[in-house]
Amino acid sequence: MSDHEYTPKSKFGKWFNDRLPLLTLANHLTDYPTPKNLNYWWTFGGILTFCLITQIVTGLVLAMHYIAHADMAFDSVEHIMRDVNYGWLIRYIHANGASMFFLAVYIHIFRSLFYGSYKAPREIIWIIGIIIYLLMMAAAFLGYVLPWGQMSFWGATVITNLFSAIPLVGEGIVTWLWGGYSVDNPTLTRFFTLHYLIPFLILGLVVLHIWALHVPGNNNPVGIDIKKPSKDTVPFHPYIVIKDGFALLMFMIVFAFFVFYTPNILGHADNYIEANPLVTPAHIVPEWYLLPFYAILRSVPDKLLGVIAMLSAILILAALPWLDSSKIRSAVFRPLYKQFYWILVADVLILGYVGAMPAEGLYLLVARVATAYYFLHFLVILPVLGWKEKTLPIPLSITEPILGGSPNLATAKNKESLNN
Amino acid sequence: MKNFLKIFSLIILFSSISLSTQAAEKVEYLKTDWSFKGLFGKFDRASLQRGYQVYTEVCSSCHSMKYLSYRNLAEKGGPEFSEAEAKAIAASYEVKDGPNADGEMFTRPGKLSDKFVMPYDNVQAAQAANGGAYPPDMSVLVKARGGGVDYIYSLLQGYEDPPAGVTLDDGVYYNKYMYGNKIKMANQLSDGLVEYSDGTRATVEQMSKDVTTFLMWSAEPHLESRHQMGFKAILYLIILTILVYFSMKKIWSRVETEI
Amino acid sequence: MSEKKTNRRDFLFTATYAVGAVGVGATIWPMIDQMNPDASVKALASTEVDVSAVSPGKTITVLWRGKPVFIRRRTQDEIAEARSVKLGDLKHPEKDEDRAKDPEWLVMLGVCTHLGCVPLDQKGEYNGWFCPCHGSHYDISGRIRKGPAPTNMEIPKYEFVNANTIKIG
Repeated sequence: MSDHEYTPKSKFGKWFNDRLPLLTLANHLTDYPTPKNLNYWWTFGGILTFCLITQIVTGLVLAMHYIAHADMAFDSVEHIMRDVNYGWLIRYIHANGASMFFLAVYIHIFRSLFYGSYKAPREIIWIIGIIIYLLMMAAAFLGYVLPWGQMSFWGATVITNLFSAIPLVGEGIVTWLWGGYSVDNPTLTRFFTLHYLIPFLILGLVVLHIWALHVPGNNNPVGIDIKKPSKDTVPFHPYIVIKDGFALLMFMIVFAFFVFYTPNILGHADNYIEANPLVTPAHIVPEWYLLPFYAILRSVPDKLLGVIAMLSAILILAALPWLDSSKIRSAVFRPLYKQFYWILVADVLILGYVGAMPAEGLYLLVARVATAYYFLHFLVILPVLGWKEKTLPIPLSITEPILGGSPNLATAKNKESLNN
Repeated sequence: MKNFLKIFSLIILFSSISLSTQAAEKVEYLKTDWSFKGLFGKFDRASLQRGYQVYTEVCSSCHSMKYLSYRNLAEKGGPEFSEAEAKAIAASYEVKDGPNADGEMFTRPGKLSDKFVMPYDNVQAAQAANGGAYPPDMSVLVKARGGGVDYIYSLLQGYEDPPAGVTLDDGVYYNKYMYGNKIKMANQLSDGLVEYSDGTRATVEQMSKDVTTFLMWSAEPHLESRHQMGFKAILYLIILTILVYFSMKKIWSRVETEI
Repeated sequence: MSEKKTNRRDFLFTATYAVGAVGVGATIWPMIDQMNPDASVKALASTEVDVSAVSPGKTITVLWRGKPVFIRRRTQDEIAEARSVKLGDLKHPEKDEDRAKDPEWLVMLGVCTHLGCVPLDQKGEYNGWFCPCHGSHYDISGRIRKGPAPTNMEIPKYEFVNANTIKIG
């Protein structure tokens, strides 16, 4: 990992480090050479770590008071909100924390898309990231079921019923998931168990994600490989730590505003009505962060194909490093890709919007066009762009962006030999 | 820094979009000034106490409030009845308790720790007594309705004669703010229905406002401390952010890069 | 940071650390306080017990705050015995008069002060209570006489609401 051997100064430190090289690890993390031109889009990795820890800590606390039983879950949540010391605060942090987590992860993902961070040699980082994202969605869905309100119950019913689209075994799988013939107490207790488990899986994957990152080092806005450590890099501590800290604080201000002043705005009013298996709410919508995929699901008229389309929309991201054939990472030097990138952003936002609207008339039409475009972007535009696009000259290093800028891809490729 | 402001404004933009999509579903509700809105919003104590009176004298014959206890009435941030008043209120209710040493259930006067006495023993009894419609529990009602306080406030004043062409079954009433306009609760409020001990005139509007304020408190009993803590937390975060910003500037001044 | 350029810089970092530490502390407190008894638990602090059916020489056990409370109606012999003990013989000297305001009624938390087990009634070498866990002997006033327990069994706050009803807490 580290380029140089680290020896602790103190005798005890050396004794300990020879047996468990924690100090070497700490030294690697603080000295880790980071490109000095990272902009604020790169602070969201740290912010996401904060989000994960916040969710785990507040979640542990809530689990001390929550009762995973169909008859008592709703009451126990109200008990947390009313009687437990600071219970309302902890629950609102946890509930809004989920939204903030997804907000940060979407920024993180779209940063990757813009600067081509998924490209070689960072494919594994990217794929681990996609798995983390999938697990986040699972955790968020399972967690949303726990308060046992109307949206919890019907959300659980609708999402688990997606599995019934699988031919032959679908119905059996759904019954197995429920542990009964409908969403009920057995479903709730197993969802609670899994909701408790998944964050720790995510935590483990985050360690792998960072480990895999520290092998090639960070990508950067220019998207070129840099020598490290060099004048292009700064040590992680204190430079990146303080910068991430600053960004995190700004993020926390927004977070705090939601928690303290509009704690329920991102939730749905129906979830304050206790689950009732006899009445479905008039308008079922998932949480905002799942809306684009919900729109894709609804835009396909066939049950099985709709589920397949929704899953493919996520899984297609895992194939992205091979779908994008361009050798240039950063969109800064890809004028055409840059435009398509922003169209994709708009496309996803539109999908999110129509996902929240009723699936009829114009909304449905827009959803279908946007869904088609989403797949078009990844399956056609990106591969074609790789060899059609005329890219801009790439600088040789971060510190010398103009000097030695190479006019074409071939020279850019040779830059490593030049640097050596 | 410029880049950062861009991200920040993007987040704000996102938040406001999410707020406005919710707003898009809203009907035009009647407007009134709520003292509990805003950064420093607090409940109007007198209004909460009057609202409690309206609840007990009008609503409580059908609507339960199962998450409230009598002790809540004396708690800080609520109607803030004195402890003695809250005890007297609790004692005025007969609470079912038991079983006693003989294995029998008995009734006793309420205590502060008791939950609000429910008008019906269970949902089925409530439905049977109300023509099949279940009068919802009102503890978190404000949060369980899309329009929140404005919706409840408007609904209470929204009873009208049905427009031509709308026919209503027996026991169904027309309300212009109700989803689908048909409601199974008859108009409950009329001017002078209750007599406020503080001399406030009990107009329909006043009673609607008072009882809605009371319901807001029952749904968010910690609203006041939330607002107070929120202001302190955000102020603190801003101060720390400024400090960290200048520390960051100092540290990064060692390398020649714009931040 | 080893080279001290100006005092202002040091002050800036110190201030940032200090303010940050305050915030961390303020954030940790709710996470700790949530484990303290909540509002609904605190509200259940008192219990009323009807003791009209308890005859002399009998003990009833009632639940208060999740713990057993022994209410014993003592016989005249027992009272005499409890009051005749010399304070010097006691590990934790307390007068029986201070423990039982009404000598006929002993109201006491039925929890051994050693490690929290519930002692058995009318057992042990002093005709009082005996804790089976680690062998502590209590007398008829609930005072520790022998064994590992350090103090007498605790007397909760209680009062007679009327002749037949005791309010504990």
